[in-house]
Amino acid sequence: MLSGSLLRLACFALVAATASCGRNDARTIVFAASSLTEAFEELAREFESSAAGGRIELHFAGTPTLVLQLREGAPGAVLASADAAQMQRAAALGLLGGDAEVFGRNRLVIAVAGGNPEGVEGPDDLARPGLRVALCGPDVPAGSYAREALTRAGVEPAPVSDEPSVRSLVGKIALGELDAGIVYRTDVAAHAGRVEAIEFEAADRVRPAYTIAPLTARAEGPATAGASGARTPDRTGALFVDFVLSSEGREILERHGFEAP
Amino acid sequence: MDVRRPLALPLLVPALVAALFLAAPLVGLALRAPWSTVLERATSDPLLAALRLSLVTSTWSAALAFVLGVPLAAWLASGRSPARTLVRILVTLPLVLPPVVAGVALLLAFGRAGLLGGSIELLFGAALPFTTLGVVVAQTYVALPFLVLAAETGLRGVDRNVQDAARTLGAGPWRVFRTVTLPLARPALGAGLLVAWARALGEFGATITFAGSLEGTTRTLPLAVYAALEREPDAAIALSLVLVAVSALVLFLLRRRWFPGSTGQDAAPEGGAR
Repeated sequence: MLSGSLLRLACFALVAATASCGRNDARTIVFAASSLTEAFEELAREFESSAAGGRIELHFAGTPTLVLQLREGAPGAVLASADAAQMQRAAALGLLGGDAEVFGRNRLVIAVAGGNPEGVEGPDDLARPGLRVALCGPDVPAGSYAREALTRAGVEPAPVSDEPSVRSLVGKIALGELDAGIVYRTDVAAHAGRVEAIEFEAADRVRPAYTIAPLTARAEGPATAGASGARTPDRTGALFVDFVLSSEGREILERHGFEAP
Repeated sequence: MDVRRPLALPLLVPALVAALFLAAPLVGLALRAPWSTVLERATSDPLLAALRLSLVTSTWSAALAFVLGVPLAAWLASGRSPARTLVRILVTLPLVLPPVVAGVALLLAFGRAGLLGGSIELLFGAALPFTTLGVVVAQTYVALPFLVLAAETGLRGVDRNVQDAARTLGAGPWRVFRTVTLPLARPALGAGLLVAWARALGEFGATITFAGSLEGTTRTLPLAVYAALEREPDAAIALSLVLVAVSALVLFLLRRRWFPGSTGQDAAPEGGAR
């Protein structure tokens, strides 16, 4: 009963989906939190051109999504997490092939549209009626950090949305759909001009830490991953972890707004 | 009367593969489902709020798509012209647009800072994003093409002679459409309505981008599934099963009405689309 054009579209989709299934087992894929996007793209470029380096592929998503994908058998060599709790979950699932180390810290800021048209000065303003404020959902690291900071500041705003990631939150501020939100300082840098960061004192007491760890050679899904313990980690992956932790890696991270651990 | 015709072998094998391909993810969900707690989770307050919101918004979206889509389909079906070809492309584009991009595009058009944002705020007293009405708008945008394409096929299939006969008997165009064309195209319109409803029910990307995600206001069932996936995948699987069960139930209940061909000859009205 559906029209022919619809059926043809469905066929195209199927062909496109199967064409991209080709799988190369030699790949070294780094699973990284989405707030690390620009920094890790540069880290990977520098690593690939260094003497020790091999080819790196980057995969970005919210940390809980990364852990879920790894749990279901996604082939990752390294996990860079924005959230200590999620790294512990990965460890409990037997996914890690080495110790997790803190490689950088971020800082929460209040993000507002460029020029700060609503005159937001601090957390107190976020509870102002009529102001469209959103946070990341409580399950997203940035969302739980933001709620912690607001509790410490004694402010209880009524967000109009629990956004799924800092990137979508800051994007909606850049578009002018939201008046304010709490994001990482590094996310504002990506929207320079259209979004402004306002530092606030309570952020000093919540300092999001980023951890990195090599993964076991191939996570085989939930059944075997828990039982088999640590296996040999991917060599290129281990070298990349060392590079991120090196002084050269730290320099790149600092250039993107991350603080030293 | 059951008339069986054997299916040619070159058709049988891909048909079987297709059926298995569609069934496998559902079997996967069912096998991993935390059955002992599904009922408990399925009746929790956040889930019921999401379910209620999903049913209400997708029904509104399907209705809106019907009211706007059928007239557009009628125009598309009423002849051939370059203008119609252009509009048909316009109708089909939301199908290929990634829903997240559709959501951004909706923000640029109907958002507070968007093209028509100012007029909408004057008209409704509030901007659309982050409201339940925004959910309906996002769902209607992605569901409308399904309805228009199905309805156009159905309306084109209506016998021209019957419509001409009504016209020669003195009926005006509106009366012909209402009393002759529409009833004859009913199976196709029904199928279109159902597919549009189902698409609206499952909508995720455009909704979360355009309307955000807030419990009770904009967090529909698919958004609740995504939020739960971050925290406890088991809960997400349970929620997904609820979504699948609700859709399957509705499709089953409406099978005679909307898919007359599948349940035997007796229910099939004359003059359906070919």
